[in-house]
This record gives sequence, structure tokens and C-alpha cells, in this order.
Amino acid sequence: MSALRNTLAALALVVGTATAHAEGADQADRIMRGQYQAVLGDCMACHTRPGGAPFAGGLPLETPFGALVPPNITPDPETGIGQWSEADFTRMMRTGIGHGGRRLYPAMPYPAYSLMTERDIADLWAYLATVEPVANRVVANQLPFPFNIRLSMLFWNLLNFTPQPFRPDPAQSAEWNRGAYLVQGPAHCGSCHTPKTMLGADDTSQALRGASLQGWFAPDITGDPQTGIGGWSQEELVTYLRTGVNAHSVASGPMREAVENSTSRMNDADLRAIAVYLRSLRPAASPVPQPVAASEPRMRAGAAVYAANCAACHGAEGTGARQLFPALAGNPLVRQANAETLVHLVLAGSQGAHTPGAPTTPAMPSLAWRLNDAQVADVLTYVRNSWGNAAAPVLPEQVAKQRGGGDGMPLWPWIAGAAMVVCLVLLGLLAVCRRRRRPLAA
Amino acid sequence: MTRILPRKDAVIVGLGWTGSIIANELADEGLDVLALERGPWRDTATDFNIGYAQDELRYAIRKDLFLQPALEAITMRNNPSQTALPMRDYGSFLPGHGVGGAGVHWNGHTWRFWDSEFRINSHLTERYGAAKFAGLDLQDWGVTAAEMEPYYDAFEYLCGISGKAGNIRGQKQPGGNPFEDPRAREYPLPPMQMTYAPTLFAEAARTLNLSPFPTPSANLSGAYVNSLGVAMGQCTMCGFCERFGCANYSKSSAQTCVLPVLMRKRNFELRTECEVLKVELHRSGNMARGVTYVDSSGEEFFQPADIVLLCAYGLQNVRLMMLSGIGKQYDPNTNEGTVGRNYCYQTNCGTQVFLEGKELNPFIAAGSLGQTVDDFNGDAFDHGNVNFVGGAGINCIPTNARPIGYRPVPPGTPRWGSAWKRETARNYRSTLSFGCQGSSYPQRSNYLDLDPTYKDRHGRPLLRMTFEFPDNDIRMSHFMSDRSEEIARALGGRQHTTSRATKAWNSVPYQSTHNTGGAIMGTDPTRSAVNRYLQSWDVNNVFVVGASAFAHNAGKNPTGTVGALAFLAADAIRNRYLKAAGQPLVAA
Repeated sequence: MSALRNTLAALALVVGTATAHAEGADQADRIMRGQYQAVLGDCMACHTRPGGAPFAGGLPLETPFGALVPPNITPDPETGIGQWSEADFTRMMRTGIGHGGRRLYPAMPYPAYSLMTERDIADLWAYLATVEPVANRVVANQLPFPFNIRLSMLFWNLLNFTPQPFRPDPAQSAEWNRGAYLVQGPAHCGSCHTPKTMLGADDTSQALRGASLQGWFAPDITGDPQTGIGGWSQEELVTYLRTGVNAHSVASGPMREAVENSTSRMNDADLRAIAVYLRSLRPAASPVPQPVAASEPRMRAGAAVYAANCAACHGAEGTGARQLFPALAGNPLVRQANAETLVHLVLAGSQGAHTPGAPTTPAMPSLAWRLNDAQVADVLTYVRNSWGNAAAPVLPEQVAKQRGGGDGMPLWPWIAGAAMVVCLVLLGLLAVCRRRRRPLAA
Repeated sequence: MTRILPRKDAVIVGLGWTGSIIANELADEGLDVLALERGPWRDTATDFNIGYAQDELRYAIRKDLFLQPALEAITMRNNPSQTALPMRDYGSFLPGHGVGGAGVHWNGHTWRFWDSEFRINSHLTERYGAAKFAGLDLQDWGVTAAEMEPYYDAFEYLCGISGKAGNIRGQKQPGGNPFEDPRAREYPLPPMQMTYAPTLFAEAARTLNLSPFPTPSANLSGAYVNSLGVAMGQCTMCGFCERFGCANYSKSSAQTCVLPVLMRKRNFELRTECEVLKVELHRSGNMARGVTYVDSSGEEFFQPADIVLLCAYGLQNVRLMMLSGIGKQYDPNTNEGTVGRNYCYQTNCGTQVFLEGKELNPFIAAGSLGQTVDDFNGDAFDHGNVNFVGGAGINCIPTNARPIGYRPVPPGTPRWGSAWKRETARNYRSTLSFGCQGSSYPQRSNYLDLDPTYKDRHGRPLLRMTFEFPDNDIRMSHFMSDRSEEIARALGGRQHTTSRATKAWNSVPYQSTHNTGGAIMGTDPTRSAVNRYLQSWDVNNVFVVGASAFAHNAGKNPTGTVGALAFLAADAIRNRYLKAAGQPLVAA
């Protein structure tokens, strides 16, 4: 911020003539717009360490393929992007190919950013150029072989990514289209909320229907009435994005950071547009399962655990308390097909977002030390099947798995990796054969 | 070797109620504010975890949240002819420790002192003549109830106090305290839902033409968003307030009301486990340069600051002044000096009524869920025909009915064995208790100074407390025991027992953590330590905030007034002191 202020002050000093003055003002506007683009894109979330200098590099992202560290994107020439040109930056945002032709991994959501308008990308560049340069060398690529071969992204892009601008739907309102642009483009909601294919690309047929990531399940955010935000009013959704809390839910996990760094700083028109768009998404409704019968032993056991551990805050009827304790009755987060987030919340606890509209940051304590796997499973089964909720029961094995740190490295990325190595080897052989053939032809 | 740190605009010693309120106000003013807290960081989800917050053994018996004597003890004696000895365990009172201070483990009774208390000397002199309180060093505080009103209001709306107003802008309100002074508006929340015992107490009191009303409570009757935008929850009546942190965000404290906003401010910094040793003064003696403190590794630092605010527990504020040479030590022989004088406490008695066939379920409770009768408090009644001044609030606030600590049995019951078990089972649910929280008025021989013999782990003298219940207060308390017996008889029951105050204050059994005075506010720089804005008369950039400023103690819990004084001091700094930094706000 201070760098921005300095730049603006410098601009104001430098410009003398009326024309130059106008240019300076234009440039200042551009930087301010670019700062807002950084908010929309939530660059901070990945590229800043907690407590670290803004944009000087983030914490490792644990992908199924291994760790990637978001790089330093301050204008530091040695360790940041100080040697990049605006053209480099634009190409990176559009194609995932950075300065010097280095291919980025799609943990950087360039497939989403490629939808951004030229002006928005240009503004973002103008802003990033004013950020305080910080010398902080980041080794971004910490993937194991063969994923650490950046060239492999050539194939990934061929299979998964076609650069194209955002195409508005003329049948929809301008507000809806603005929302669609934000959700699909800069705000890249799908990066977390859309399930991934085997190769880690968005499964577009399931867009925004909820996905598992880093020990959390980013819930369905379509208008689905069972698992999505179909039961939320326009105002409730806007309130959630602005403050991190509404009558139904309190943001937790990575969404808490997204609210603090991004959505709470978006302007009201954009929040309304996002809400209009998300609420309009009506994919095939999730099946509503038959609730687990209250008479089942695990439901009775869960009710007892609930009364002793949860009811004091969340209420005997799961109604919660405004701004403080999320309601469990009618909360779509509770009804996701995947209970990963719920297990995470009970085992590890969570703290709400701090926003100007809701500064409380209430926290759910960890109960891992107090409840065994069966108790966690039972109480979640009870919560998921009481007060009008209905969702699949949670099994003690699921809890045990998450308590132990999740599934561990799944096998399929390695299968994909092995396939890629085979392709590379075949390509190599092909090249060798062609070279051998050449003297024969000569 | 003391490391010298970069200067701060304001340094605050202690981050409890007063420290957090003032830090927040001064940060809003744009000052660069640092708080130094001797104890650890504490927050609701991790330190008052719902899974163990109600651990009676850990918190109530072993006193996990309190100041331990190994860190800082106090020596005590009843009169100046005795040799004081250090308390080996805090018993009679339990100062807080750590972020939130004693505001973490309080019950939540939130009172306003009356105009007749702030102007106690003038008021009693006007009504009865000065001879009525001869021997008591009663002084006016230098403020009126009307001047305090906005600050009380600010504290109550910060906390979300649940109660019923008795007087709004001069209009008496049915159901509230008929004796209170005018308030600008209703309490932020309605009274808590009343439990059975206080309901019976109130019925009995009414038959005696007394005026019971719901005790103003910092245990919240409903969900609330406070004046800083911080949300709090409805109290679940678990009955674990006193000695416990609240796991449900429903008891007002620095943690639940201020810190969520304060801790995010860029111009505020907190350093925990940093113990301030001394306020350092300029050679002139009338300005402080900053404070010297030691961190948990033993390293010593000098923190320069333009304003120093002492916001520790009242007793510790007083000791720090003495250790730093701020103000003149009070001497009971000459009755001169300003620091250490007018130390007061609380003069209590209690009644148990053993009812028959009533199931009171005392475990459904909150620290301040109950009914109060103020007909005999302060000067609410005519003292013309009695041989004392002062009075007590009569409180029926059943709480703490916990398995280890609460075993009400009638006098004469064996202390163990089958008879004790039978009586425990018979009386646990049907015993109704109420207490009189009596005023405590200053007398010359009750004071604080530095102990000549005993030292703390840093080699600094311990605080020495010389205290005995004044005869006036004993007479007052006996009068209250008589009134209590009348209420007990009106309640009926199998039998009742009422305690009667005796001389020789004993530091062992728990009585009250309402230690007041020692750095009192007032109008006379020779008889008070701070002026009406809590500014030291002697060192212009030092403010001393807390119950240490009380010129006497009323028959009420102090926290409401402590909170109001914090807002008063913050307002004085923001709107007066900063315009004339380094100057006295009241001409000495």
C-alpha cells in the first residue's frame, strides 16, 4: 500500500503540464483498478505467506502431484517478476507460459484468468509494477519426477485448456454476465469448488458442484437446494461474501481466507452480480437421500454426543446464533455428499473470517482429543440427519483416515505421470528414428 | 544490559478490561499503542475450550487462571503494630493473570455507583453532618453520577449487559432498581430468564415491602452485537462463571468484547509474558520516559513512550507506582501522602435457607443470574437512627453449585460419613442462599505500602496490605445480617443460618476480589493520587486506571465502575490530554 501511495505521489510530482497531469491521473486510475483486480483474483491468497510481505511468495500448495510454491510476484528483478514485460505477463495470464517461455502449472489458475479482459489484465500489471519489491527467492517447482518437467504442461494444455476470451450470454442480463465473468474468470471460484479430472483439470460437467482440496471439501455453490446455496436469498449470499457469515453459515478453512482477502473487499455491485449468477445455476438437482432413522443406534449415540459437546453453541435444535455459531439445521455445508469439511471442523476446529462487517472471528475448538472416531462419525451422522437435514452417514473409518492425515498420496497421479513418461519416451524414440532416417534419404 | 526499543505513543501495562478498552480508544485516535501483559495470551476457543472449560478441579480448586504467589505475593497484617507475612496462597481474593485479567473469570455483576457514592463526603455531610462518619476518611471522587453516565453507558453497550432500567432520564421504570440514578436509555438486553430460587427470594422480599429487581448481568440473555460490531451468544446457564473463562462467548470480557477488533489494528501491538518492573521518570520527576520490563527469557528492555497507562489489577497499579516513585507514599501516622491510602475491600455476610420440598436445581445458573434488593444499600435508606453509614446490596444469585465445592448442609451435620452424605443429598437441590455485599469505608490504618522485608523474584519489595474491618462496617454488616434473617423467615423453610461479620480480616477463606483504592481519584492533590481524569497528580503523562482509583468501596461489584473509568480516562486523553500533552488536566 505504501508503495502504491509513493508511486501515486511520485506521479503527482513528476507531471507538470495539464496533459501530463491528465495522463498521471489516468495512470493512477489504472493502478487503482489493478489493485481491485488483484482483490478479485485473490492473488494475495497464494502469493503471500501469513505475516509475510505482500506478494513475495506464499506457502506451498499441496497438490495431488506434489508441492508447488507460489512464487514471488513483486517487481524484484532477481527473485520476483521485475524482468518481465507487460507482454510476458499478458501471455502468462492467457496461456500459462511465463517469462522466458517457462510453462506454469495450472495451480496458477491461468485457465480461469485467460477469460479476463485485456484491460483487466493490463490494469493488474500496472498495479503489480507498483508493489514494494521484495527480495525473496522462491523455488516454485518442488514436484517429484516426472511432474517437475515443466514441458509436460504442453501436453496438459493440449488436453485440458483452450485459451479463449469470456463469451457473454446475450440472453442474460448484464449483471448475470458480470457475475459469470467474475466467477469463471478472475475470482476463479472453480479452482476450489469444481471437481477435478484425473489430470487435475476442472471437470466442467460438474462445475462448482464441490470438490475436495487440502483436507477440506469446498462445497457445492450452485443453486442446488440440497447441497448448494439454493436456499439462500440474494441478500444472504451477498452478506456471506461480504462478511464471511450469514444466517446459515460461517466461512471456514480456505474460504475464510478468500473472504478476508478477496470477497469482503469486492464492491457491492460485483458481489450482487456473483450472487445473481451463482443462484441461477440449476444443474440436475442432487438426490435427497432418505434421512438416517432417528432410532438407529448411531443416531442415538450421536444425539448424546451432540447434547454434551455441541448444543451449548449450536443450539439443541441446530439453530446456532447469528454471526457467531453457524446454524446446522438447513445449512447446505452439513448436507454435502462429502463430509470431509465436517470431519475437519470437528477434529481440528476452525476460526471465522475477520471482516469489517463481522469482526468477531468466533472459533470452533478442536475436539479431536475428546471424541473418538466413532463419536465423531455418530455426531456428524446425527447432525446430517436431524432438523430436516438428510445426508449420507459418516463412517468411523472416514474419520480415522482424516485423523491420520487423509488418504495420503493417491495412486492415479502416478499412473498419469507414468503415462506421460511413456509418451515422452515414445516421442524421443520417434525423433531418434527420424534423425537416423535422414542420412538414408540424403 | 537493558535493550532500548523504538518509542511508542502510548504504553499500557496490563491487558485486561481497562487496558483493552483504552488501547482500543487510543488506537482509534491514531496513536501507536503497545500493551505489555505479564501473563499469557488467552482466547476463547483454545483456552476456554468447551471440552474442558468447566473443569472444576483445574480452575476453581487449583485456580489455573489466577495470579500465583510465586509470581507475585502480597504480605498482610491487620494493623500497623503487627509484622506482615507473605500470603503463601491467594485465598481471600484472587487477582487475575494473563490477557483479559480478572475480567476473564468474573461473575458478571455490572453495577453503577450512585451519585451519593461519588459525592459521599458532601452527601453524608449534607444529610447527617460530618460527625456521623468521624474516623472514616470518606472523600468525594471528583465526579458526579451524571458525568459518569455516558461512560457507564459505553461500558454496558460494549458488554451487552442484560438488565432492567429503574430510571430512564428521571422517569422511574417499573421492575428496575428504584434507587439508581437516571440513565440515558434501557440496558442493551432484557434481564435473563429468572430461575426458581431468585424468584422465591423476590416474592419473599416483596412481602417485606422491599424492591427486588433482576441483577444487571454480563451473562447475556440473548444474542448480541456490541458497540464494536463484535457478536456474542446467549448464556447457556451452565453455572461456571466465577473462576472460569466462558466457552460460549456469552460472558463479557476483553476476549469476547474488545480483542477481536483491537488485535487487528495495525497501530496496536501486544507483548505477552512481559512484566513491567518500573515506570522510568525524567529527572524533573513530573514526566515518565517509558517503562522497563523483562520478558520470559529474563531479558530486560526499556520501552520509551509518551503516555504510560497503568491498567493492571488495582493492587498492582499501586505497587508499580510505589516502585517507580510516582506520588508520595501514604503514612498512617501523619495521615499524609497519596499513594496507598483508602485501601478498601467488601464487608459481606451470607444466609442459607434450607427449604423443604422445593427443587431449585442450583446447577442451572449463571454468575449474575438472580435478584437484588438495594433498599439497604449505600444511602438508599435513612441512617439517622442507625449507628453506621453505608449498606449492602442483598443478592440472591445462586451459582457455583459444582460437585466439589458446593455441599450445603445445615449446621451440626457431621463433616463426613453417611450422615453427611444423607444431608448433602437432602439439601443440594433445596438450599436457597443469598448474600449481602457490604460497603467498605476507608479508615486511617487500612493502607498499602511496600513490605520492608519480603521481595519478589526480581528483588523488588512485595506489596504490604494492612487491613481490618472498620467498626462502622461491622455494625453495618450486623444490621444487614438482621435484615437477611427477616427475608429468611419470610422464605420459610426448615431452618436457616446467617453469618455475622467479625473483626480480624483473614486472608485465607475466599471473600471477594474487590480490592479497591490505593491510588484514589479526588479533588485534593494532597489526599488523592490521581485527578478526576485518572491522571497522576505528580507525573503528568501517567494515568492509573482501575479499582485502585476508588476513593471507597460501595456495596456493589466494582467492574461496572472500573469499565466506566476506563472510558472516562480514554475520553480525557483523546479530547483533553492530547491537546495539551504533558500538562496537568486539573491544576494542582
